[in-house]
Amino acid sequence: MANITINGDTKAIDAPGDTSLLWAVRDLAGLTGTKYGCGVGLCGACTVHVDGRPERSCLLSLDDVAGKQVTTIEGLSEDGSHPVQVAWRDQNVPQCGFCQAGQIMQAAGFLEENPKPTDGEIKEAMEGNICRCGCYQRITAAVRQASTGS
Amino acid sequence: MYHLAEKFARSAAVEDGGLAIHNVSRRGFLKTSSAAFALAAFSGTAAQAFTPYKTGGDDMPNGLKYDPNIFVSIGSDGTVTIVAHRSEMGQGSRTSLPMVLADEMGADWAKVKIVQAEGDEPKYGNQNTDGSRSMRHHIQSMRQMGASVRHMLQQAAAKKWGVDASAVNVGVHEVTSGSNKVGFGELAEDAMALPVPRFEELAFKDEKDFRYIGAGKISITDLHDITTGKAVYGADIMLPGMKVAVIARPPAVGENPGKVDDKAALAVAGVESVHTLAGSVMPAGFAPVGGVAVVAAHTAAAIKGRDALTIEWTKGPHSDYDSEAFTNEMRATAAQPGKVVRKEGDWEAARAGAAKTFEREYSQAHMVHATMEPLVAVADVKADGAEIWAPVQSPYQARQDVAKALGLDEKDVRVNVTLLGGGFGRKSKGDFVTEAALLSKEVGAPVKVQWTREDDIRHAFNHTTSVERIEAALDDKGKVTGMRYNSVAPSILSTFAPDSGYQFPIEAGMGHVDLPFEVPNLSIENGKAMAHTRIGWFRAVSNIPRAWAVQSFAAELADELGKDQKDMLLELIGSDRKLDPAKQGFPDKFWDYGEVYDEYPIDTMRLKNVINLAAEKAGWGKSMPKGEGLGIAAHRSFVTYVASVVHVKVDDDGTIRVPEVHMAVDCGFAANPERIRSQMEGAAVMGMTAALHSGITYKAGAVEQANFDTYEMVRASNFPEIVHTHIVEHPFSVHAAGVGEPGVPPIPPAIANALFNATGQRMRDMPIGDTV
Repeated sequence: MANITINGDTKAIDAPGDTSLLWAVRDLAGLTGTKYGCGVGLCGACTVHVDGRPERSCLLSLDDVAGKQVTTIEGLSEDGSHPVQVAWRDQNVPQCGFCQAGQIMQAAGFLEENPKPTDGEIKEAMEGNICRCGCYQRITAAVRQASTGS
Repeated sequence: MYHLAEKFARSAAVEDGGLAIHNVSRRGFLKTSSAAFALAAFSGTAAQAFTPYKTGGDDMPNGLKYDPNIFVSIGSDGTVTIVAHRSEMGQGSRTSLPMVLADEMGADWAKVKIVQAEGDEPKYGNQNTDGSRSMRHHIQSMRQMGASVRHMLQQAAAKKWGVDASAVNVGVHEVTSGSNKVGFGELAEDAMALPVPRFEELAFKDEKDFRYIGAGKISITDLHDITTGKAVYGADIMLPGMKVAVIARPPAVGENPGKVDDKAALAVAGVESVHTLAGSVMPAGFAPVGGVAVVAAHTAAAIKGRDALTIEWTKGPHSDYDSEAFTNEMRATAAQPGKVVRKEGDWEAARAGAAKTFEREYSQAHMVHATMEPLVAVADVKADGAEIWAPVQSPYQARQDVAKALGLDEKDVRVNVTLLGGGFGRKSKGDFVTEAALLSKEVGAPVKVQWTREDDIRHAFNHTTSVERIEAALDDKGKVTGMRYNSVAPSILSTFAPDSGYQFPIEAGMGHVDLPFEVPNLSIENGKAMAHTRIGWFRAVSNIPRAWAVQSFAAELADELGKDQKDMLLELIGSDRKLDPAKQGFPDKFWDYGEVYDEYPIDTMRLKNVINLAAEKAGWGKSMPKGEGLGIAAHRSFVTYVASVVHVKVDDDGTIRVPEVHMAVDCGFAANPERIRSQMEGAAVMGMTAALHSGITYKAGAVEQANFDTYEMVRASNFPEIVHTHIVEHPFSVHAAGVGEPGVPPIPPAIANALFNATGQRMRDMPIGDTV
């Protein structure tokens, strides 16, 4: 049994402390917005925030986040109004949409640290998030919009 | 566990509890489109804004349905519910087809709700979402159903107000006549008492009155849910009491688990049981490959348990497959004469009389789809039936496969379709669904089968591997007098029937026998190649290796002759004409994407037009800095024409970059330009990934790649940065075609041609790698 704080709520998770945070969030906490894409930190689909920083939840265990704040896509904003989510919709970014929660969490965490990035910094920050549909042009445009307002 | 399955209401508009338009009489309603087609030919009035035409949709299993009672309902509050019967995997059809219906009926998109159909083709018509067919086959039925509902609303209002129907105007979600005005919701009940109109009673909108069709202003219906994590994919289905299974599958197809040690697996906390699944030997259709399944309380335990299994696999007929050796065999085969599948003129004579010959050979490795959502399915099998939730491109096929595997009647199997986290052809093949059904039956509880990324990459239905060899005969003026094109590749047919080693008409029709070159002597040949792994279709299918070969060859020939590459391509295509399959030696069974040829002929004028358009927009011919180049390629596939001009820039360290792409696309009438653009942008990325990275190789029967470190994807640091999409505008009368696949084939050869122009290095084997 492990206690973790997700989106402000402390939840008791019925699994050993070395259980993958990704699967605990999805299967045991029931927050399915966070996606499984590769399981080894190569695709970014499972990105969540740990104490505000983007992390790959597939690489973390429940023990790793003990006493920390985990934020998933469901907790990024109440109603989808985070500037990154708004920019994503303005730019019509998604195709299939499966990777987008991870993309959005990565972008939101990145912009928190670097609110006015250069194009090169945006690309570098989003490098770890694969989109097989190929929405990169719109992803980078949306990150830019979220940072500059246009 | 949370119960996410409740999002799947016992769907279908007519069942959703709202006030539906239930017609009391189907009298006179046209049940088949061929009847609609025939009638329209006699109709001189109603058809002016919409003259129906024949598509291959009529000939697909279960054809097309035109009954608005199946697809539309109107609630008393005015909410219009439209059924999306095609699967959504990123191409946008879950939005675009209902949008067509909504526009034609006069609905306000803000008041439209979309529900996803379950797998039921006798009810909804064909649901096999594949072959870039959704818009091509269904735009007409969507318009017809929209017009039917508008007519019924108009009639109901006329009756209500005691006026002639001609005095009633159906506006945007409201109906008016003089000072009378009501919303759609208030008329729903009256409208439901009316019969569905006959086709010739319908008045279709004039194209200039479309509000959504052709406008590209509608965002995808799932946009808000996707950006907030609420969208439900196959992986997101959670049922009470559900178990999760992860399966160890045989390294090579046809192998079986021999000795299995499951002690360590069963010792993992959360693991509940281990099961052996029977394997299959090709040809096995979409049957699972078998293996050993670990069933657990949750996914983490199931993966850990699966990884703790020790299994000795028996050997099978493909346990020695070595893809490198196989490519060499295909090269040898390609150099020999193949089976002639199209003969025009006399190639042998052209070669004998040639002043010069020119040969080149191109190859492509296997690829796998690598959808971002690894394969996953949930099954709840009970004694009297089964319910499935799965991201499937062909839900009715999955339903039939599950019924067969469980020995159930099809009517006792329900397949709910979730969003698909990518499809690209992989999710047409329901082996993963059958696995879930078999395991649910065995453990007596709902089971989710979750594939890991490694499973996905190693147990695909691969894109074929191929060698394409082209020879040209030239006269003393450098004019091409003949060509021989031998294509050697294992066939998809090997998945379904004993393998002959030869391709079937569907593969031949994808850029091989339909070669659009005006060369008097052609020998189009197919050399034998046996399949040693499951071969399936991957977005654009055989068009990828064919465009790779033909479009690279055209550029190489230009270089050989000192001509401009675009001019050479246009010269080879020749005059403006529609190819005549009968006169030009096409095979009797020529497959034009399942269409009647005369409705969708190979039109060189349209092909040349997209070439010229892309070239003009890209500034073809402009001088480029050192280490940079433009490349051009064009290909017709799925009856859509696409030309690409790619700008390649090679960094000092040899990294290949693509700063800019111009895509010119002629897909006939463009129903949703916004999603056409997104498909072209995505195709540029997938085409670049295919060209640079996508190589699945086999040693001793097993796939050598496993995850995104060894099977790489184009990423945000190096992708086609600006993709400009130029859509050729057409009226509705130029038949709409799909765009899900046609953007991919021109990209790899355009990259190779640009790379050559940038560096002088010619790449002929895909994948080419990411550096030079």
